Amino acid sequence: MNSSRCAACKHLRRRCPSDCIFSPYFPANNPRRFAYVHKIYGASNVGKILQDLPVSRRAEAADSLYYEAYCRIKDPVYGCVGLITILHQQIYDAQCQLARIQAEIAALSSQSQSEVQQYRQDENVGPSFLPDQNGVPNSTSYYDISTWFD
Amino acid sequence: MWRANTAVECKAKRGIMKGHQEPRSSSSCAACKFLKRRCTPNCQFAPYFRSDEPKKFAKVHKVFGASNVSKILNEVAEEQREETVNSLVYEAEVRLQDPVYGCIGAIASLQHKMVELQHDLILARARLACYVDQQQRHDSESFFDIDHVNMAPLVDIQEPSAGVVDAFDYNALPFDQFSPFQFP
Repeated sequence: MNSSRCAACKHLRRRCPSDCIFSPYFPANNPRRFAYVHKIYGASNVGKILQDLPVSRRAEAADSLYYEAYCRIKDPVYGCVGLITILHQQIYDAQCQLARIQAEIAALSSQSQSEVQQYRQDENVGPSFLPDQNGVPNSTSYYDISTWFD
Repeated sequence: MWRANTAVECKAKRGIMKGHQEPRSSSSCAACKFLKRRCTPNCQFAPYFRSDEPKKFAKVHKVFGASNVSKILNEVAEEQREETVNSLVYEAEVRLQDPVYGCIGAIASLQHKMVELQHDLILARARLACYVDQQQRHDSESFFDIDHVNMAPLVDIQEPSAGVVDAFDYNALPFDQFSPFQFP
């Protein structure tokens, strides 16, 4: 019997072969990790999932299986689907907030522009960058456009 | 004709003599059909895996296994079992579509989107605060002096006031109760 069995083989009370599919991802120093995964998925299903993946992806798969199993043990009814639901709701709320703020900005921006236009109409004020008769910019001067075309 | 009737009667008698025979369910649930077993009237799976939805149970069985599903259902109250099955089916579907990350991948994607939205919210609130400030300054002035109106585009984003980030607190996500997980 391998003296350093992985957590899976210890849990399953079997010999841990050198090519054990579980041993890289379920070390002996973390027995709870395999216990959770085994409780929800079963060792056989976990082994099949890992076997069907390339070796480079198995560590991430084992991690995600562990966290999903943990979620399901914490919440047997919804598992990690409960988190997804909460996140969807939070995203929806944030999108609504953003839409409201953008609408306020649009309204204020429109109001500000219409006030500027109204001021220009009332005071017959041209753009400030246009110079007076001496070529000096003077935004407070009264500009008579008709004189430009004399 | 009387021979056929006799044969039928003999068969019936044999059935009765055998004793406990429960009537074979004429419509096995999807689980029992899949598992090729008799579907009893008090089958645990029957209310949730109808015979016209064979793929539903097949997915759940492939990922979790019938035995584990049964144990999970036994742990929850009866009125919550339908919700439990629905969430198990969803999880199984996502896991089959993404064997590496399953639902964790979906959670990571949603959290990323949430972070982006929060960033957009901060920018939008800061911009709104600038507009409101401009409006208040405009209202307080006796005349509209165009030279003093800040028509320049917003370049320096002011720090938002306290409470802006209350819409999203990463630490408040229920996921924080779990061990730290490095999302892909």
